[in-house]
Amino acid sequence: MKFGVVVFPGSNCDHDAYYAIGTVLAQPVEFIWHQSEQVDGFDAVILPGGFAYGDYLRTGAIARFSPVMRAVERFARRGGLVLGICNGFQILLEAGLLPGAMLRNAGLRFICRQLHIRVETTATPFTSAARPGQVLKMPIAHSEGNYFCDAQMLRELERNDQIVFRYTTPDGREEPRANPNGSLANIAGIANRERNVLGLMPHPERASEAALGSADGAVIFRSMVEALSRRGSLAADPVRVPA
Amino acid sequence: MLETEIKVTPELAAEHGLTAEEYARLLAILDREPNFTELGIFSVMWSEHCSYKSSKVHLKRLPTRGPQVLQGPGENAGVVDIGDGLCAVFKIESHNHPSYVEPFQGAATGVGGILRDIFTMGARPIAVLDALRFGPIAPHDSANPAEIARARRVLDGVVSGIAFYGNCFGVATVGGEVAFEPGYANNPLVNVLALGVAKKDELFFARARGAGNPVIYAGAKTGRDGIHGASLLASAEFTAESQKKRPNVQVGDPFMEKLLLEACLEAMRTGVVVAIQDMGAAGLTCSTCEMASRGGTGIEIELGKVPQRETRMTPYEIMLSESQERMLLVAERGREGEVFAVFRKWGLDAVEIGRVTADGRLRVLDHGNIVAEIPAHPLAEEGPVYQRPLRPGAARKDERLFEFSAEATDHTQSFLRLLASLAIASKRWIFEQYDHMVRTNTLVGPGAGDAAVVRIKGTRRGLALSVDGNGRWCGLSPRLGAMHAVAEAARNVACSGAQPWAATNCLNFGNPEKPEVMWQFSEAVDGIADACRALEVPITGGNVSFYNETLGRSIDPTPILGVLGVLEDAAHALGMAFQAEGDAIVLLDGSGGDTPPDGGINPRLQEIAREFSSSEYAKTIGGIVAGALPAIDLAAEKRLIECLVALARQGLLRSAHDVSDGGLAVMLAESCFASGGLSAQVRLKGIEPAEAALFGERGARAVVSVSPGALARVEAVARQYGVATREVGIVTRGEFRIEYNGRIVVSAAVEALRDAWANALERTLQGK
Repeated sequence: MKFGVVVFPGSNCDHDAYYAIGTVLAQPVEFIWHQSEQVDGFDAVILPGGFAYGDYLRTGAIARFSPVMRAVERFARRGGLVLGICNGFQILLEAGLLPGAMLRNAGLRFICRQLHIRVETTATPFTSAARPGQVLKMPIAHSEGNYFCDAQMLRELERNDQIVFRYTTPDGREEPRANPNGSLANIAGIANRERNVLGLMPHPERASEAALGSADGAVIFRSMVEALSRRGSLAADPVRVPA
Repeated sequence: MLETEIKVTPELAAEHGLTAEEYARLLAILDREPNFTELGIFSVMWSEHCSYKSSKVHLKRLPTRGPQVLQGPGENAGVVDIGDGLCAVFKIESHNHPSYVEPFQGAATGVGGILRDIFTMGARPIAVLDALRFGPIAPHDSANPAEIARARRVLDGVVSGIAFYGNCFGVATVGGEVAFEPGYANNPLVNVLALGVAKKDELFFARARGAGNPVIYAGAKTGRDGIHGASLLASAEFTAESQKKRPNVQVGDPFMEKLLLEACLEAMRTGVVVAIQDMGAAGLTCSTCEMASRGGTGIEIELGKVPQRETRMTPYEIMLSESQERMLLVAERGREGEVFAVFRKWGLDAVEIGRVTADGRLRVLDHGNIVAEIPAHPLAEEGPVYQRPLRPGAARKDERLFEFSAEATDHTQSFLRLLASLAIASKRWIFEQYDHMVRTNTLVGPGAGDAAVVRIKGTRRGLALSVDGNGRWCGLSPRLGAMHAVAEAARNVACSGAQPWAATNCLNFGNPEKPEVMWQFSEAVDGIADACRALEVPITGGNVSFYNETLGRSIDPTPILGVLGVLEDAAHALGMAFQAEGDAIVLLDGSGGDTPPDGGINPRLQEIAREFSSSEYAKTIGGIVAGALPAIDLAAEKRLIECLVALARQGLLRSAHDVSDGGLAVMLAESCFASGGLSAQVRLKGIEPAEAALFGERGARAVVSVSPGALARVEAVARQYGVATREVGIVTRGEFRIEYNGRIVVSAAVEALRDAWANALERTLQGK
């Protein structure tokens, strides 16, 4: 089992994801340079937070054209686990690996804050180790995390159980005041239909040790480790997922 | 007219800010008349900003040595040994003038500049703190609505600029402080401290060595931005015309800086980088002549090879540009290809623009023609030095002092107003705009403790940092105010459990050509020197910012102190939040807690009133800024600091918070607010008026919370250090209550207090 953390020019949470996987969870992990044209040998790929290519033009807009993203798309189609955190989520949206788009935060300011999200489904390889409805304490740090999609897409996300995390109060209630950035339906994270690609705005790598204020985020990485252990090495036994 | 045809005259030199004596000195060094480019080079290097010509004679009085100091003032940043083969690289710098002319870019490039100073030395920046000063932003604080609107615009621009740069670069902005006072309305202060960590044996210095070695330019291309930033912006007073100086402000690109950071650190690992210096103030001029001067060598560069983003730039413009995100490196001849390969990997320009020479001269060529040739050492190190005249400011007369309320007064309403005053209120609106967690090292972040604490991965260690300064106090007494700034920063660091280790300072003052300002400066330096010596925190570097005045009106003298502390075990880091219901609240007093006996008449009442008149409470509730500062007892501060560090190391404390702005009552409330739900019930006794007991700001004290079982051990340790302990209350839920001499003087639901404190800044900004 091997995790890969993509390094785009401007990624700045790459080391943090690497540390959370490699040191906190003690799993094999390597960096993947943005110009790599393949991601063979990895079982899970993390697109970290940061400002890839300076986020010029629009967040993630340039990153989606980097060579590594073509490889990540192929990897995702083969069923590989892809986790996009913050800027990584924005890149997944731009690349079309997840539906919808990001708007600027409703308050038009960058927000860095501890908050709470609720696990909406445990039927993903990213949340299988969590309890249904479990509330996780995790920080956000972004200025463009205001998730948006049209009404039809929202219905589809709901019908297909693709909404994985919602912003809630500490006791798990979905209220407007728990929504930090104006996201549609308090959405904090979504998966693709095949459930092997997850994007979320909160930072699980910043919430994987109690010393940092919360260890709740580690449940995402633990779920991934368990899912990969169950399925065995992807390289040895690729799971085919219909396109 | 071509630059080469411009005849340099004493008048032109004067326009460049050089006095007649300075021009004569220049002629003596060159032994001929300078050309236009050379005049520009001298004028920036000998500007106040780059040469420290007015401050040098005073700065010599600061203590800069200690066994922990690996590099004192004079390099890009200070360096101290923190154990485990590691060192901390840190420094504070100002970007005041640019931040007023263009708040967003001014503040952003202020962050960029200090970050480069840190990674130039081979250290990855891991934390930033900001000390900010603005004019009043609340309507009732000024009769001039335009001034309020401008101060809000400057606040918004500065905070956005810091966020824009630091967040994208990927450094955690973990703390800082801010104040709003009328004196800063037309001259805000933006002081940025950055901290990096490196291995002791992998430090880099700006000393060009080895004749023949290539000089490499790396990073962003050179443009016309920032020309004369150091000389015209930072080294002159502001006038009504100052907005015209906007083109002198640089423009920042944090993405470029992030690439430059990664490329520089990777290039350093090749082992072929001989010397490196960033191009900050005075750009290519400063980096070339300083590297040559420090290395005892010369440097020759060809301007035709300098990457440029504008066409037809003249040698004068290229040498004086302050375009951001640029580095100058000296590499080992023959292996420079390894450096180029790293920069290519990161998509950055890296070009050999010259070489190190043995002749001690800075020689500048433009397409083969010599356009400047100046001895490097005299240019960099033998600039003018002034012993400017000093004159104490006029003594205040007939001051109205604070009058204490009648004994039976309930102070709850005043307390609410104090909590909602911008000096005391939560700064969440500001710090939530900064990424204070990136790199996952932040153990105690903004608002959570007296000092910020970051861990060092791969070790057990942590580093604590606090920046402090009180312009209002320094206006009343620059010497005592400066001492308090040192003491408070050190106390804050100790409250986080860390041993104060070393300091950096940013000295913000008015026009040094005015004897009253120079006197303030000299006094403040003496105060800092005394306090740093007593608390054993050497100054390892910093920055002086003069000419902080607009239309002839100077700011209050504002020395900002940054103190770094070391925690041997980061697991012992402390915040200010109360932890558990039932814990004992204990007041530690380094001065022995000499409370006069109950019931007597207090002979010191007049003295107490004088001291109280300089407090935050007197200003907010009484509208009075007068009297004298609390006396300072450095030995008592030292005892308290040592005691706090020992208690933290033994794991005996649940929280610690020093007594400062707003006094004991505010500290108690803040420890409740930070806990997210706990409250406190406190009983105090004394013979001073209740307001002095609740809101007085005498130093050498801290509020700690202790589990009942540990109380006896805490008292025993405190006794060992000569620190008095007084159990004053208990951590509870619900009502926040303070009794004084058996009478309830403050009583309110903790949530009501919290609301006043937590939302005041946002409400003020929304208010008309």
